[in-house]
Amino acid sequence: MLEIKNLHVKLEEEDKQILKGVNLTVEAGKVHAIMGPNGSGKSTLSYVLAGKDGYEVTEGSATLAGEELLELEPEERAALGVFLAFQYPVEIPGVGNMTFLRTAVNAQRKARGEEELSASDFLKVVREKAKTLKIDADMLKRPVNVGFSGGEKKRNEILQMAMLEPKMCILDETDSGLDVDAMKLVADGVNALRDEGRGFLVITHYQRLLDHIKPDVVHIMADGRIIKTGGPELALEVENNGYADILAEVA
Amino acid sequence: MALPELKQSTTEARLASLSMPAGGCLEAARRAAISRVQATGLPDRRDEYWKYTRPDTLTVAEAPKAAVFDSGEEPMFDAFDRIKIVFVDGVFDAAASDDLALEGVSIERLADLAGKDIHWSKDIYGVLEARGQSPVERPLAALNTGYATDGVVIHVTGRPSKPINLVYRHQSDSSDAMLHHVVKVDSGAEATILENGPAASRFSHVMEIDIADTGTLHLVRAQGRDHELRNATHLFARLGRESVFKSFTLTVNGVLTRNEAVIEFLGDDAVAHVAGACVGDGDFHHDDTVFVTHDAVNCESRQVFKKVLRNGATGVFQGKILVKEGAQKTDGYQISQSLLLDDDSQFLAKPELEIYADDVACSHGSTSGAIDEDGLFYLRSRGVPEAEATDLMTLAFLAEAVEEIDSDDIAASINDRLYGWLARRR
Repeated sequence: MLEIKNLHVKLEEEDKQILKGVNLTVEAGKVHAIMGPNGSGKSTLSYVLAGKDGYEVTEGSATLAGEELLELEPEERAALGVFLAFQYPVEIPGVGNMTFLRTAVNAQRKARGEEELSASDFLKVVREKAKTLKIDADMLKRPVNVGFSGGEKKRNEILQMAMLEPKMCILDETDSGLDVDAMKLVADGVNALRDEGRGFLVITHYQRLLDHIKPDVVHIMADGRIIKTGGPELALEVENNGYADILAEVA
Repeated sequence: MALPELKQSTTEARLASLSMPAGGCLEAARRAAISRVQATGLPDRRDEYWKYTRPDTLTVAEAPKAAVFDSGEEPMFDAFDRIKIVFVDGVFDAAASDDLALEGVSIERLADLAGKDIHWSKDIYGVLEARGQSPVERPLAALNTGYATDGVVIHVTGRPSKPINLVYRHQSDSSDAMLHHVVKVDSGAEATILENGPAASRFSHVMEIDIADTGTLHLVRAQGRDHELRNATHLFARLGRESVFKSFTLTVNGVLTRNEAVIEFLGDDAVAHVAGACVGDGDFHHDDTVFVTHDAVNCESRQVFKKVLRNGATGVFQGKILVKEGAQKTDGYQISQSLLLDDDSQFLAKPELEIYADDVACSHGSTSGAIDEDGLFYLRSRGVPEAEATDLMTLAFLAEAVEEIDSDDIAASINDRLYGWLARRR
């Protein structure tokens, strides 16, 4: 599904290399987790895949189902099936959540040459999906993320994911700022989307999210590279011993 | 003191081009206002208050022409149940207007007061305008008091079930209209006034608003889409105890617009919000000039002005909060922001605070900036194309001003117009 080869990325504004040769393949139907200390390049990887400005790819490639992503605009990547759940979802005053969702869903359908959803069909689907995420009518009506609690923002990200039905879901520290109940709700939302045709890349600092979203593969990232790959037990090792042992072992 | 020569001749030429309508009970007010204009002269570029906006086309005897523009759009507020009062190039159109009878309010034409010796509006007409001449002169408003040909005189005594909608239509490319409205809101009464449309090639507008203790008035204006319009509008509002005044003005296009608002708190615990959103492209100069005087305890004032400017458009904001001695617990807020969509456009802001009380909370901020990149990326990452995402972020920028409108339906109709304007420019 997602294939990243020898990806090197530096900051556009300064001469600072962030990613130094990332190799990673996420197969359809699988959940991969990336863990790593602060500053290892995890969030940069997610931004580069989604197409944020400010980064320069100096080497390597990233493809989704065989299509090169790195040359594309963010909206083109989205239409191909890339979805990034933001660590800090952005507040957009004056734009109703529902309007935003419908604009996004229909823009993607249009870009793929599909028919746009009618207002009533859309409403039906969104209500049903919102209900399972405990998102009420008021939250749908309010401006995007404005006045939402941390948990509400993250649930709203998952609602967008559910509506857009992406092929490749990238979750950037979706657990940050969540209490246990909110995390469970978000994890349930993600698990409901697990599907044979869909890949997941879950970026997190902590094992606890992975108790709820069980990964197939765990990668440890440090200093712009993936330094170790293993099964779910690798996350437990980090939880118990921190990164020091792994970093020492690789060095 | 004699006026400077140029000012004197401009003023004389303008006064000579006008004739005072029959006054009736308003005659004394009209004469006094004309004397004020003669004493101060009409504004020119050298006046500090007109530093950022050239007043010459507003003061010249003959109005510059403005082409009539057919937007092809349904007039704003047509979808609302309202009482419609129509002025075509400043002339009342009885056939196009609704019957003015509505429970909770009495509506009369200003022109009809000429035949009356006694009328309540005598205590307001030209009175609030005259109060508003100090500490800053507003000669265009005095000129309007002297020569306004018509307007509406509204007395809100209860809670009318629907808004009163003043609809302006522009049909002649050389029209020069002068309307003067008086609004009196009784204690406990509440009404909504809507104004929309291009009024004339050149439009001078004054609305004097007197809100008694515990009264409420909502005012929403949309100034029409004709590109060559010149507007000089003035709101003068006087607020009693626990009264509420909320105003919002939408400006889309127009070559020159000067919107002045003069708010005075005379009773404690009152609230006044003045807000405006404008979008301008190219030959567009828009000036919001606001003066709020707190002369009572525990009053709240908010000024929220947002301007979207492109292709060399200019935005101006002059906003002042004056807190008089003894006006404790004043809560004054003022924000003026512009979104500059290119390097050619400019925003000139002069925020002022003058405070003579020691227990107050006043804040002001003024910024010029570009589209919020994080928001833009967020929308695009969800598949929204860049042009549409830019429009949505522009609406987001304007939202704080639009949200000052209490009615969600009216706010939504304003947002629709703004989105339409942006979408036409993609």
